[in-house]
Amino acid sequence: MSGKLSTRERLSIPRQRIPEQPPEARASNFAEVNLGFTEQLALLEAQRCLQCKDPKCVRGCPVGVNIPRFLQLLTEGKVAEAAQSLLCDNALPAVTGRVCPQETQCEAECVRAAKGEPVAIGYLERYVADWARTHAERLPIEKAPPTGKRIAIVGSGPSGLTAAGELARRGHEVTIYEALHKPGGVLVYGIPEFRLPKKIVEQEVERLRRLGVRIECNVVIGRTWTLPELRARFDAVYIANGAGLPLFLNIPGENLKGVYSANEYLTRVNLMAAWQFPRNDTPVLHGQRVAVIGGGNVALDAVRTARRLGAQEAMIVYRRTKAEMPARAEEIHHAEDEGVRFHFLTAPVEILGNEKRWVTGLKCIRMEPGAPDETGRARPVPVPGSEFVLPCDIVVVAIGTRANPLLTSTCPELKLNRWGNIVVDENGMTSLPGVFAGGDIVRGAATVILAMGDGKRAAQAIDAWLRGELKPAEAQTPAPTG
Amino acid sequence: MHAVLARRQLNPDVTRLDVEAPRIAQIRQPGQFVIVRRAETSERIPLTIADADPVRGSIALVIQAVGKSTRELVALQPGEAILDIAGPLGRPTELIPSGHAVCVGGGVGTAVVHPIAQGLHARGVRVTSIIGGRSREWVIFEEELRRLGAVIVCTDDGSYGRKGFVTVALGDVLAGGGVDAVYAVGPVPMMRAVAALTRPLGVRTIVSLNPIMIDGTGMCGGCRVSVGGEMKFACVDGPEFDGHRVDYDELQDRLATYRQYELEALRCAETQCRLGPHLTNLPAAEGAHSAAKPAEPAVVP
Ligand SMILES: Cc1cc2nc3c(=O)[nH]c(=O)nc-3n(C[C@H](O)[C@H](O)[C@H](O)COP(=O)(O)OP(=O)(O)OC[C@H]3O[C@@H](n4cnc5c(N)ncnc54)[C@H](O)[C@@H]3O)c2cc1C
Ligand SMILES: Cc1cc2nc3c(=O)[nH]c(=O)nc-3n(C[C@H](O)[C@H](O)[C@H](O)COP(=O)(O)OP(=O)(O)OC[C@H]3O[C@@H](n4cnc5c(N)ncnc54)[C@H](O)[C@@H]3O)c2cc1C
Ligand code: SF4
Ligand code: FES
Repeated sequence: MSGKLSTRERLSIPRQRIPEQPPEARASNFAEVNLGFTEQLALLEAQRCLQCKDPKCVRGCPVGVNIPRFLQLLTEGKVAEAAQSLLCDNALPAVTGRVCPQETQCEAECVRAAKGEPVAIGYLERYVADWARTHAERLPIEKAPPTGKRIAIVGSGPSGLTAAGELARRGHEVTIYEALHKPGGVLVYGIPEFRLPKKIVEQEVERLRRLGVRIECNVVIGRTWTLPELRARFDAVYIANGAGLPLFLNIPGENLKGVYSANEYLTRVNLMAAWQFPRNDTPVLHGQRVAVIGGGNVALDAVRTARRLGAQEAMIVYRRTKAEMPARAEEIHHAEDEGVRFHFLTAPVEILGNEKRWVTGLKCIRMEPGAPDETGRARPVPVPGSEFVLPCDIVVVAIGTRANPLLTSTCPELKLNRWGNIVVDENGMTSLPGVFAGGDIVRGAATVILAMGDGKRAAQAIDAWLRGELKPAEAQTPAPTG
Repeated sequence: MHAVLARRQLNPDVTRLDVEAPRIAQIRQPGQFVIVRRAETSERIPLTIADADPVRGSIALVIQAVGKSTRELVALQPGEAILDIAGPLGRPTELIPSGHAVCVGGGVGTAVVHPIAQGLHARGVRVTSIIGGRSREWVIFEEELRRLGAVIVCTDDGSYGRKGFVTVALGDVLAGGGVDAVYAVGPVPMMRAVAALTRPLGVRTIVSLNPIMIDGTGMCGGCRVSVGGEMKFACVDGPEFDGHRVDYDELQDRLATYRQYELEALRCAETQCRLGPHLTNLPAAEGAHSAAKPAEPAVVP
């Protein structure tokens, strides 16, 4: 197909819808909800791109993917070149095409959004990335000659994986240490199959292994090896161990049977495949009525998981309004379609149990928007006397995570901020020379693409450091937290 | 993969496996554990490092077959292997620097208390071990503990050593005075009883808790326990805690969370049903059955 369409012709094409599994069917299975563009839909959608001279979408992307370029190559029928262009900007496009909050990033900036709907950049990224995944043999692996330098990476989440790929391509010898038995971080233990099939993560990991990256699972840095030991054995270290410490509410009843952190609930179901119990040995409680507390991606993943495990009533309990939910817009739509119930402006005050200490309900209080808080959002304030009980048999707490101190507490020389996040300079270097950090451990719980961006930047800085072109910064700037 | 190098059945329920894990064997300290996943479909379960041979590069796991995962593990023969072993996890035991320590082990807890006794002995602390079992054939690790100090064996039926629970013998030792610390590992009721004995005497008591774990890295919070009214994650903050401050009732209660599932897993393993029942046959959270009718609409004002 030719890419030579007039602007008018391009403007006349409506945004293409992505085929999805019907809600009735998908609410009881774990298969991916979005089915992806067909070739025809992808070409049509790519032609909607106006090929702006000053593409605003690129500025909206935290890693600056050259969006018009890969879309242009796609419309010219050069899908392999499009894939190469995309992969050179973004190491895990099949992941980000599925999980990025495009509506607040690239697609929010797209000029077509001003009058109508933005180009479906995320779906197109996913289309091209999926082509690349399934045609790996058509994409050459380019790798610099060995440098003889050895780098250790702590954690195999998106940040660690991205840094590993970047460093390996530059000819360095990379070993990733991962505490769990499977690489991928949140991509395997947190984000469910119906949103991000685990096979995709496995293929990405396989690609890294082919690049020569070694991955050692079941190694807990801070226990199996300490950070100073790693530093002594390697020329540089990149810490990307995430923000995996779950927060609880500190309300009565949190230790009743039937109360989970979202991390536990999702880990049982995703990493341990508890939805296939007893074929898999790890169990998870199946509730009839499941209340999930929180309004982010994590809460939505948990509530939609509960629905798929057979909950008749799967509920979100969120203390603010729908407009303030931090979750991706698409996930909110999908959850609504799947019959998830939303209790907005509602905050939990106590988890109720029976005499056998099983959960029987969640006592809540109504909230109303108050004066703006430091995030600019209205601070929710309780409405006196508005308490009520939501009967339920499972409660999942999804109110956020913090930096896990397991590694940092065993290395007191590592500078942290007051939330326990590692402090880095503009090159991603920590207070220990040659030790870099990025992703959620630096930012607090953030996003996949930001974690990847940190990984890429740190890899470039490590490369410069190994060539002696980078000195430790004098002053340490405090890291932003999310 | 971690090869099983040796296997020895210690009593009808308890088996010792020596498995290859060179790094862990080198650095493990008393009180630490590993998380083990036998095969691709297995659970991750925590097991204490009962002993280690850094030269051979092996650790000893002493496993009581209580459910599907542990039964499968104790069935492993030398030459077979365990897929994943992560560790060493948990904080090492706080060993008293000198004086007299009493180590109390109940059931498989006797194996868990062994590395603690080793650590104490190594720094010159006088160790008295009190270990128990139903009858003579159930007593384990007696020989190993005798190398480290005096051992008092208790059996429920009096077929060996003293008749009665370990707590009776502990009461006698405490009455003699001069005990600086008590380390107790065993079933929750035993640890609770030990703590009840030592609390009025003000004798420092350390217990090793065994909540249900998954990751063992502080990521899931499933292993949370209440200690002195505070929430602790046993896998990273413990597993050993001040025995006088632990909420034992809560621990015991939470350990029963998956009882129906555990029985179902065993039934399936025994009947060899490969496909397993459909999800609908599975028990829901028990609250759904015993609480007010689950289908009731929300009580919204
Ligand atoms: C349920 C859920 C849904 C989400 N949905 C989205 C979404 O839709 N879009 C989006 O952009 N973001 C989403 N996020 C956030 C996003 O996943 C994270 O921001 C991102 O994964 C952070 O990447 P990371 O590499 O820094 O850390 P992680 O992905 O957390 O990976 C860290 C890895 O390090 C390992 N590790 C930890 N400690 C050690 C140690 N001591 N030694 C060795 N290894 C260690 C961990 O096991 C883990 O594998 C979601 C998060 C969750 C939990
Ligand atoms: C720090 C720690 C150290 C331990 N050390 C030893 C040891 O050295 N030797 C030993 O025999 N046992 C030890 N245990 C207990 C052992 O982990 C459990 O007996 C085992 O997980 C039971 O699994 P199962 O499938 O065979 O039994 P199941 O039928 O699944 O359960 C039997 C009982 O074991 C407990 N349990 C189940 N799953 C888990 C889990 N994932 N984690 C912890 N407990 C669970 C439950 O209370 C359950 O009622 C330890 C536990 C902890 C937390
Ligand atoms: S990486 Fe994310 S923000 Fe960037 S173009 Fe792709 S979908 Fe948009
Ligand atoms: S086992 Fe998950 S936090 Fe302890």
